[in-house]
Amino acid sequence: MRAAHLLRRPVGLAGFGLLVIVLSVAALGPLLWGDRATVVDTGNLLAGPSAEHWIGTDNLGRDLFSRVLVATRLSIVLALGATAISIVLGLVLGAAPMLAGPRLGRLVTWAVNVLVAFPGLLLVLFFAVVFGVGERGAAFAVGLAGAPSFARLCHTLIAGISERDYIAAARIAGVSRLRILRRHVLPNIAEPLIVNATMSAGGVLLSFAGLSFLGLGVQAPSYDWGKLMQDGLNGIYTNPLAALGPGFAVIVAGLAFNLTGEALAAAFGLGDVPGTARRSRIRTAAGQTLAPAVTAPAVTAPVVTAPAEGTILSVDDLRVTIPGAGNPIHAVRGVTFAVRDGEAVGVVGESGSGKSMTALAVARLLEEPIRVEAGHLAFAGEDLLAAGDSASLRKRLGTSLAVVFQDPMTSFNPVHRVGPQLAEVSRFHQGLSRKAAFARAVDRLRAVRIREPERRARQHPFEFSGGMRQRAMIGMGLMGTPRLIIADEPTTALDVTVQQQVLGLLAEVRRDTGAALLLISHDVSVVTDVCDRVLVMYAGRIVEELPARGLRTLARHPYTRALVAAVPDMETDLTRPLAVIPGLPADPAHVPAGCAFAARCPLADDRCRSVEPVLEADTAGNRVACHKAGQPFPARTEEVTA
Amino acid sequence: MSVLGFHDVRVRYGSHTVLKDVSLEVGDGEIVGLVGESGSGKSTMARAAVGLAPVTGGRILLDGRPVPSRGRVRPVQMVFQDPYSSLDPRMTVGESIAEAMPGRLGRQARQAEIARLLTLVHLDAARAGDLPGRLSGGQRQRVALARALAARPEVILADEITSALDVSVQGAVLNLVRDMRRDLGLSMLFISHNLAVVRYVADRVAVMHNGEIVEHGPTAQVLGTPRHDYTRHLLAALPGAARRTPGDPGATPLIPISKEQT
Repeated sequence: MRAAHLLRRPVGLAGFGLLVIVLSVAALGPLLWGDRATVVDTGNLLAGPSAEHWIGTDNLGRDLFSRVLVATRLSIVLALGATAISIVLGLVLGAAPMLAGPRLGRLVTWAVNVLVAFPGLLLVLFFAVVFGVGERGAAFAVGLAGAPSFARLCHTLIAGISERDYIAAARIAGVSRLRILRRHVLPNIAEPLIVNATMSAGGVLLSFAGLSFLGLGVQAPSYDWGKLMQDGLNGIYTNPLAALGPGFAVIVAGLAFNLTGEALAAAFGLGDVPGTARRSRIRTAAGQTLAPAVTAPAVTAPVVTAPAEGTILSVDDLRVTIPGAGNPIHAVRGVTFAVRDGEAVGVVGESGSGKSMTALAVARLLEEPIRVEAGHLAFAGEDLLAAGDSASLRKRLGTSLAVVFQDPMTSFNPVHRVGPQLAEVSRFHQGLSRKAAFARAVDRLRAVRIREPERRARQHPFEFSGGMRQRAMIGMGLMGTPRLIIADEPTTALDVTVQQQVLGLLAEVRRDTGAALLLISHDVSVVTDVCDRVLVMYAGRIVEELPARGLRTLARHPYTRALVAAVPDMETDLTRPLAVIPGLPADPAHVPAGCAFAARCPLADDRCRSVEPVLEADTAGNRVACHKAGQPFPARTEEVTA
Repeated sequence: MSVLGFHDVRVRYGSHTVLKDVSLEVGDGEIVGLVGESGSGKSTMARAAVGLAPVTGGRILLDGRPVPSRGRVRPVQMVFQDPYSSLDPRMTVGESIAEAMPGRLGRQARQAEIARLLTLVHLDAARAGDLPGRLSGGQRQRVALARALAARPEVILADEITSALDVSVQGAVLNLVRDMRRDLGLSMLFISHNLAVVRYVADRVAVMHNGEIVEHGPTAQVLGTPRHDYTRHLLAALPGAARRTPGDPGATPLIPISKEQT
């Protein structure tokens, strides 16, 4: 698959094609043109280009073109040999901290750092003199000179892998360090290492040509491209091609290695795309929480509907689609709900249920290529999708919609101080002066109960604890007058005591400002505590909507009931096994026909597997999407294989 | 199964003391829960026991003898929090498990043992050939447990093994922990910040705060009638109004939010 990726790009195709040509010439050159390259033609000494000798002849009348082709083998072999020396030495030095223990390792690392600081060429010349002239000496010189940078690379890569728990697990299991290196570390750093080796082979080729050109490398009667260049230089004014020919060969071979390396890097990089897209988007949301991003208005927009009265947020038939290489992922598949003024609505579900995507779509923080479509997406009576991305809308959203994310470390820009980041909101959206905005930021930090706000406002985010950052994030939302706070797993990364403070703060803010809350959480008990109503999501749909207090008693959807029963709380019966939900969450890229939960549902029958249930409201306004809503579970559910 | 004892264990990183002379015993066939906030030193306890953290004072003993830290026989095993980082992405499930087996086994005996361990953690034995990339978080965590069991451990240290899992999967892993204690008589140090989870699996609970164990005793007693202020504070912070005590002593004083500037 990766090979295919490699060849599909022009860079990869060109690099790989060139490399094949260079390598075949290296392999076959001496066999095909070896004789021609040694034929002495005394009548044609130092001749210029002709039909017989394309780039002329040397001082013995030998055909230079053939000699350039024949020299390919030696040039390439020496380059690869020197690169191999660099890699092996680099690996040994780079792995030393892991193999030899911290004390010796620190010494090696220190030495490598010093060597890396030396210019490469200086090292090459130094070693070339030490090892003496000749191809072997030159190979060692270039190889040794390249080792420090490889050692540094290996050291960094190995350090990254060594942090992984599987290395710790192997150590705990008594696997020897050498074996860990061989079985766990090397396979996992091979990709970047190969890429770098390929690219550096191009550079080594050049170093070699340089050494031979200076007379420190290959000696007569052997010859490589550098040697040919040196010989050609004498007659550069009479026959420039004699020097430029081998120079051109160096360029072609160097390009072949570098382009292949580039293409390999790109191809390897493709492997870990899933997840990164979303993460980076959250981060962009960070700095300016409130600045909405452009969401593509639907091309095939569903029928536009009007929002209900008295709602701060009204969402109708919201769909979020992430285009992928294979199947597009339908992260949210037609979600309709409303949040009334001052109301707290919770959204619960497992990872992949589309709850975060719903929140991000509502906050208008999803960007191309993610598609957001809806009948309407109305905030404070204004359709966000129809309104486009005008500055005035952005300003209104900026002051009336607050967003709090799970990881407050990535929500703040780490290089800016906290106070000015808060102040930015007021400067942009409310037109306050720098000073007034900062004063307000300090006041808001005090409002979210950060002690010594004047001092804290001048600190960087990393100087805040996790809970404090989350409070500062809420403080940022309070720079305006929020009418709705969207909180996406705001306490998941926090300890229980800090979680309590943050939830308490949210409650207090709502009481004082009358803001509504849309709380996304996987924690059923948090939602029960904080919210008035709960939306339960599964595979991109709302499967049930009910009062938060009734989550344990009124739930009718089998998924909701299982979810509630699966979470132990302080009253769980200790004598019985916990209820579990068999099977795996539905894959959003391949949502099955019928009810998406049918495969895991103990009540499912053929109708569930073929006909998708509609979300229907009962007289109390609670909604459920299930053919078997409220039916009792069979006595004993199957043993799990989740 | 055996007794793992921490005796006045101290761990320091530079000038920062993470564990301050902590003593704790994990008895034969017992699950001891270790609760506390992040940074309290819970994970360091486990890491010190398997040689991943430097012990600068005190001793960690297994049945009165130092925990072996050389050779292939490692009677103390650990299961980690993040199931996505605890399995080598380039090794099959079977290879990962086989690596932890103490002796050299023949090919067939090894396959049989892998199958036995996978069945033990309620996974299909055919999964042995899969790479971790094909498994869900819950399945990976079961494989990590199977790998720990492959070393024929006497004590298992479980460091937040359910906190990275979805709630629907967490229950299955907790059931598995209880099954294994019942069937294999495993001793276990079960580290978690989730009190409800610890309450469900642990016989005894130790509460950790700032590198010290502030309270410790039978689960029902510690969580039911806590004696230390910090334990009460933790319990009071749990979501659920019914469980919340009215006067919470540990909470920071509230400063009213000023409205005049909005």
